[in-house]
Amino acid sequence: MASTVRGNRWIRNLNSKIAALPMVITTMVVFVGGTIWTVVYSFTNSKLLPREEFVGFAQYERLWSNSRWLQSIENLAVYGIFALIFTIVVGFVLAVLMDQKIRYEDAFRTIMLYPFALSFIVTGLVWQWILNPEFGLQSIVRSMGWDNFVFDPLYNPDIVMYGLLIAGLWQGTGFIMCIMLAGLRGIDEDIWKATRVDGIPTWKTYIVVIIPMMRPVFITVLVLVTAGIIKLYDLVVAQTSGGPGLASQVPAMYVYDYLFTAQNLGQGLAASTMMLVSVLVVLIPWAYLEFGGKKHG
Amino acid sequence: MKTWKIAALMLSVAAPGAAFATELEVTHWWTSGGEAAAVGELAKAFDASGDKWIDGAIAGSGGTARPIMISRITGGDPMGATQFNHGQQALELVQAGLMQDITDVAEANNWAEVIFPKSLLEACTVDGKVYCAPVNIHSPEWLWLSNKVYEDIGIPVPTNWDEFVASAPQVEAAGKIPLALGNQSWQSNLAFGALAIAIGGIDLWKEINVNKNMEAAAGPEMLKVFVAAADARKLAAKSTVQDWNQATNLVITDQAAGQIMGDWAQGEFQVAGEVAGKDYTCLPGMGVNEYISTGGDAFYFPLNADPEITAAQKRLAALLVSPEVQVAFNLKKGSLPIRGDVDLSAANDCMNKGLAILAKGNILPGGDMVWSPDVQTQLGDLQVEFWKSQDMTAEAAQAQYVAILSAGL
Repeated sequence: MASTVRGNRWIRNLNSKIAALPMVITTMVVFVGGTIWTVVYSFTNSKLLPREEFVGFAQYERLWSNSRWLQSIENLAVYGIFALIFTIVVGFVLAVLMDQKIRYEDAFRTIMLYPFALSFIVTGLVWQWILNPEFGLQSIVRSMGWDNFVFDPLYNPDIVMYGLLIAGLWQGTGFIMCIMLAGLRGIDEDIWKATRVDGIPTWKTYIVVIIPMMRPVFITVLVLVTAGIIKLYDLVVAQTSGGPGLASQVPAMYVYDYLFTAQNLGQGLAASTMMLVSVLVVLIPWAYLEFGGKKHG
Repeated sequence: MKTWKIAALMLSVAAPGAAFATELEVTHWWTSGGEAAAVGELAKAFDASGDKWIDGAIAGSGGTARPIMISRITGGDPMGATQFNHGQQALELVQAGLMQDITDVAEANNWAEVIFPKSLLEACTVDGKVYCAPVNIHSPEWLWLSNKVYEDIGIPVPTNWDEFVASAPQVEAAGKIPLALGNQSWQSNLAFGALAIAIGGIDLWKEINVNKNMEAAAGPEMLKVFVAAADARKLAAKSTVQDWNQATNLVITDQAAGQIMGDWAQGEFQVAGEVAGKDYTCLPGMGVNEYISTGGDAFYFPLNADPEITAAQKRLAALLVSPEVQVAFNLKKGSLPIRGDVDLSAANDCMNKGLAILAKGNILPGGDMVWSPDVQTQLGDLQVEFWKSQDMTAEAAQAQYVAILSAGL
């Protein structure tokens, strides 16, 4: 039976195919088309308006010799590594704690998820105020008597990325916790019963049994968090606007500044193409694991 | 029935506009207190002349507003008129034929004669045609000082940059910040530009920025400017604010001794109720070389299909340059008028200093006129890195400076 249906796979589920058509066209024209356009024009010397004067890899050479771009990459790497580790670890630990059949779980879940309801702009502004040495945390601690207390991460070029990290984690972990919690709830109760019968301690069950079973959840979380890291922009704009100096610049800010403020399309598009490449580096292995893996399973 | 409804709807929409006034949407980024008051004067004058000014203020700085304006123009949704800093910011839009040619307005109102300095009109002119109406002159090379800080220490208020630097240790000893400087890149670039004119001198500045002599840019005279900037960044090390007006506020509240900022800082002092000469002191050209560069704001008129709007655009262009509007606008804005034949008797101490320099003809073209926005952005990146890191050497910064300028020739 399967073979006869496969013969008309274009006609099968015709209604749903027609319904999906507008989105397919949008994807092809806006996403794929826009991406191709971006890559093509990154090889031109377009200034404010696009023009077809191809200059080879000149824009990329300039990009990779620009100290601001290199610093942006470094900043993003620092932010990315810590954000990835902490969101996943903290998100998972919170989810486990939430999974202990505690009282008022709904209330806790809501509290944890609340920061995610705020946009990065609001998060950034709030944390800019909290971390401001004159109004925020530092002045509160000082007013309690510790006169030499210093905590001004947003004004110290060496640790400004960690100031951003605090805000990023505060905003993002609750959401990851919810996904993890859903994953934990998806684990069959019988597995817990079996491990209890075998006398395996709870912490060991989590590490040896539960985490491997939650592999798809972890992969989804990994992709979500990584994509969020690479496109990091609004949080930085709201919190530090890239300062002090260039200490908290990120690639997306470089793209925006060169596309619009500097009126240098070619340079901005070359930078955004590099960002696309880094997203693909994340996405391709994920797609392989998610969709390629099923054939074997 | 249906046709009737549509006709009635169209009539009701069209009627208010058709009466006599043409509505013109004007976009700009003048949103601070003094700036908004100045725009109000323009709107009042335009409304009084029988048309309707639709205010399209875009909050944030020019860096935020310009991308929005440009995408509206290139995206086929042009506004009636829009602010730009004249020079190269809108050059490509003009070259692409997206801007209204207002040469006839310029000729009818004799702009070639009345607009002073002439470089302002030249910056509006592309291939012999006029595309923008300049409205004011802004000069960035000013040093603003808090008189109270110096009174408290018991030394006279500095009269030039060298005295300012010499007094810095005493200011620091008194627990004040010697130099307020915001963290944004354009502010570091502005401070460097002011130092370049004060320390390097006019001839060097012209050689590099007008004649584009790269050997001069790499030379020992320019290195002195970088060394001076490296010293100045130490004075600004404790200044942690972001925006320029927050930095100005440090001077107003006497937490900082001085700030290098354009003449628009004056609006902040005025709003705070401070008096020029008594509460604060301004030193054009940092008190060393009394030259000011004549950047400024201008209005451009995007090309429009509707002939009524085109006519209204031309009426607005003529109005903006007219003497009455120039006086009313610039008194509120704290900037200098673009024509020498108007009476600004109400101007304060600092504006008069600027007017005197203008009358002497000690003027330079603004940065936006001599370099493209691409070069300006890169210079901003370099300067903010240089000013905010305490370990980048003057030599290294100069080498990058030369590389950026050479690539932008």
